[in-house]
Amino acid sequence: MKKIFEKAAHAVLFTSSTVSIITVLLIILFLFREGVGLFGKKPIEDGQVLLVNKLNPVSKLTSDELKNIFDQEYTNWRKVGGTNDSILLFRIDDIFNYYTEEELAGIDTNIQLLNEKVSELVGKQIGMVAFISKTQLVLNNKVKIIEVEPVSVSGFFGGELWFPTSQPAAQFGVLPLLLGTLWVSLLAILIALPFGLATAVYMAEIARPSVRSMLKPVVELLAGIPSVVYGFFGLIVIVPLVQQLFNLPVGETGLAGSIVLAIMALPTIITVAEDSIRNTPRSMKEASLALGATHWQTIYRVIIPYASSGITAAVILGIGRAIGETMAVLMVTGNAAIIPHTILQPMRTIPATIAAELGEAAKGGMHYKALFALGCILFLITMLVNITVEFISGGKRIKR
Amino acid sequence: MKRIISIGVLSIITFYNVNAQKLKGSDTVLPLAQKEAEAYMKKNKAARITVTGGGSGVGISALLENTTDIAMASRKMKLSEKMKITESKRSVVETVVAYDALAVIVNPANAVSQLTREQLEGIFTGKIKNWKDLGGENMPIVVYGRESSSGTYDFFKEHVLNNKNYAPSVMSMPATGAIVQSVSQTKGAIGYVGLAYVETNVKALKVSFDKGKKYIVPTVATAKDKSYPIARPLFFYYVASSAKMVKPFVDFILSPEGQRIVEQEGFITLK
Repeated sequence: MKKIFEKAAHAVLFTSSTVSIITVLLIILFLFREGVGLFGKKPIEDGQVLLVNKLNPVSKLTSDELKNIFDQEYTNWRKVGGTNDSILLFRIDDIFNYYTEEELAGIDTNIQLLNEKVSELVGKQIGMVAFISKTQLVLNNKVKIIEVEPVSVSGFFGGELWFPTSQPAAQFGVLPLLLGTLWVSLLAILIALPFGLATAVYMAEIARPSVRSMLKPVVELLAGIPSVVYGFFGLIVIVPLVQQLFNLPVGETGLAGSIVLAIMALPTIITVAEDSIRNTPRSMKEASLALGATHWQTIYRVIIPYASSGITAAVILGIGRAIGETMAVLMVTGNAAIIPHTILQPMRTIPATIAAELGEAAKGGMHYKALFALGCILFLITMLVNITVEFISGGKRIKR
Repeated sequence: MKRIISIGVLSIITFYNVNAQKLKGSDTVLPLAQKEAEAYMKKNKAARITVTGGGSGVGISALLENTTDIAMASRKMKLSEKMKITESKRSVVETVVAYDALAVIVNPANAVSQLTREQLEGIFTGKIKNWKDLGGENMPIVVYGRESSSGTYDFFKEHVLNNKNYAPSVMSMPATGAIVQSVSQTKGAIGYVGLAYVETNVKALKVSFDKGKKYIVPTVATAKDKSYPIARPLFFYYVASSAKMVKPFVDFILSPEGQRIVEQEGFITLK
């Protein structure tokens, strides 16, 4: 009877651990499968094309050039290696500037007629570039389709512009987002670590039991507050504070985000670090005190080194919370996708970008895939942090 | 016993299927739709309507994926979105439920009180960076906008920026309320919000779309007589096959009673 029970327990443990491992692997697989699909595809919206006159020598454009053309930064084809003709933009709604209402009767439902008119128009105007739908497109011999350069790995990681919904060509440059994430989370952990560690040591070693029994639930309560609440608190209290303190034109900065994140990471760091400090064997502490060490010497020579692996675990969990936190950061960092030069600038982080944009991204589209690629980056960063910390704390254990 | 349970479950499911409607989309339309839903549910005890926000893009993409019954939008459906609906052999019904004016707001301490469309374009595309170029104090302009999932983001881009891209330095806020909050506490700030959101802690600018000949104050009255240029229709989109289920609610909004709520909420009625 006992044996059967034991076997059953083993089986349950085995299956549940297998299931959880498989789930994790499947999630990672899904993430990467969706994310990698971004590369090699054209950043132009599905089913849309760019039409130009056949006499135009330009046949390929990068999404950067397209953005400049459609923002009217470039007004001459010479800029992109063409002839000396000025660029004439054409979007679907412009059709009414060229044809009368009668000529366009019923155009709302008749895509073919619309396309015919557009081709006819582009065939007449040498400098025109039209951004239109590919469905039922009939090319006459005076127009051609312009190619758009596909998204490359280097363009993705080195690009400085994040305009995922820009038309005609989206821009996926993650550099500003990546730097924003790193700046905000690293500073957050730098702020949270000394405070968290000090509180943990105080609670475990110095505080009287009555103070401790009051502090502990308060700190744990801090972990239970929803992140939106932290976000609002940050927006209303910390943002104006940062602005006044540094006399900035704007308070929504990376620093405000770091402070909010630091507050959010505190409970995790305190709880985990305190537990590991309290796990120091009584015999070790007493041995140190018996040798004549003061309380403080015991703390930083015996207790903290003994608890170092627990403290590093606290740091990893804290960093994990900081890097992955979404809502609070979304509300206080300003979310401007620019390359940050100081911590006192608005920044946009990767989780905030995913949270703000995934809802609108059409499933399977370029924007959707780009957001999944961002998720992959986030995953790799967290994995790297974990491996590094594991490596460091592992090395220490061997020395001891 | 089992049968009773399964009948119970079935009847609950059918009950919800008949009467439950989901609305999703534009944050601009959200407060209006919520008030309309409350009034409608008070009248029809059996009706269940849930309203959630997220932005026009979110609502429309939910409609495409069949996870909402009505998509609320503060912009017209894009051609690419329409194509997706057509591909899945459905057709979509568009209804204008109200109009909304977009106000450009600044901090009350700002001396500038009027701008032309060209100046707004310069500010939001990053060409104009200091208030002194616009007749104000010497301080940098801090530009607030919405996330790209917002219909307001698209509408402002199309109608005020002439379809040009926003400057990358424009800060994107997750909600209209956050823009109002930030503009009220940042001296050099500028942002755009729905007229219903304008409160006393921010200042709405007069806007000119005829190169500075006439500046118009954004109010319900100027938006209604179409003299204020940055006004837009608010849409409900639903799939034609679900018309039977959602039509009563849409009709309620269009009724005089529903339009009264439109007015109370600070939007502009259809007539």
